Amino acid sequence: MGLIQIGRHEKDGELDIITTSLEKVVNWARKGSLWPMTFGLACCAIEMIAAVSSRYDMDRYGAGVFRASPRQSDLMIVAGTVCRRMAPVIRKIYDQMPEPKYVIAMGSCATSGNIYDSYSVVQGVDRFVPVDIYVPGCPPTPEALFDGILKLQERIMQKRVFVKQPEQVKNA
Amino acid sequence: MHPIAQRLQREFPGGFVKSVEWRGDLAVTVRRETMHDVAGFLHDDPDMDFDYIVHVSSVDWPDDEERFEVVYEFYSIRKRHRIRLKARVPESDCEVTSLTDLWKGADFMEREVYDMMGIRFRNHPDLRRILMPDDYDEGYPLRKDFPLRGKGWRDTFEFLNETRP
Repeated sequence: MGLIQIGRHEKDGELDIITTSLEKVVNWARKGSLWPMTFGLACCAIEMIAAVSSRYDMDRYGAGVFRASPRQSDLMIVAGTVCRRMAPVIRKIYDQMPEPKYVIAMGSCATSGNIYDSYSVVQGVDRFVPVDIYVPGCPPTPEALFDGILKLQERIMQKRVFVKQPEQVKNA
Repeated sequence: MHPIAQRLQREFPGGFVKSVEWRGDLAVTVRRETMHDVAGFLHDDPDMDFDYIVHVSSVDWPDDEERFEVVYEFYSIRKRHRIRLKARVPESDCEVTSLTDLWKGADFMEREVYDMMGIRFRNHPDLRRILMPDDYDEGYPLRKDFPLRGKGWRDTFEFLNETRP
């Protein structure tokens, strides 16, 4: 993938030199240690649990260490129907996560509210938190969730790390 | 007629309205003024002995004169029989007497009926909303004239405008 290039030492010709860019190393480390936050709200949570369990083993992608605290997690998988009364809680937990942070909206309910067009169901979690990846399905299979995680990893690899974001430039 | 319904008709000739038995389920409709007395009789009488409250719910019949209906369901663990007790409530005076003094378990279920249908319970110890937030002001969501999508609450996120440190 052009991530690393292996070189030979000039004296004895052993394979012990790696040349790469620091940005790629940082992004590689970030994508390989996504710690998700357990945020199961409905039946999608069951598929999320299945994705972590031994048959599917989400730990293969470095995303298997589910944390119960937002302060230790990088990725919030919103799995299930979001009721309006839950919305401030999700926003608060999202605000407590340290940067860089990512959000996956898992399933039709978290994406758009699904069939629940009622007074209490929020029509998509993207109304109050920024969402990186939408995973369709009702509920999505563990494979679909993996596809979302792999897509997120591709996205993380494209991010610039050592460039100031526009907001930071403005504040400085 | 079901023997329990016969007994209720004999004990409360003024309050008894009708009884329906369908597939072994007995439903007795009484006038709401006498519902607390009927429920007390069902709870205390040794032949009735309804010691367990199964459920409290409510029905909205928008075309009827007495619009709402409160439905209690009781079960006797010792005698193994059950009964559904109903009373009609008009919209103008939307209030019935709470049964929390007879069954403590009625507390949260009556609060849910109040929250969703707006029927008040007299003598209830803590009549607040239970599912919706305390400051919810759009009305009562399970009434038939309530719009399915609500009145904007699900799309307003006032917490997004708060400034955070």
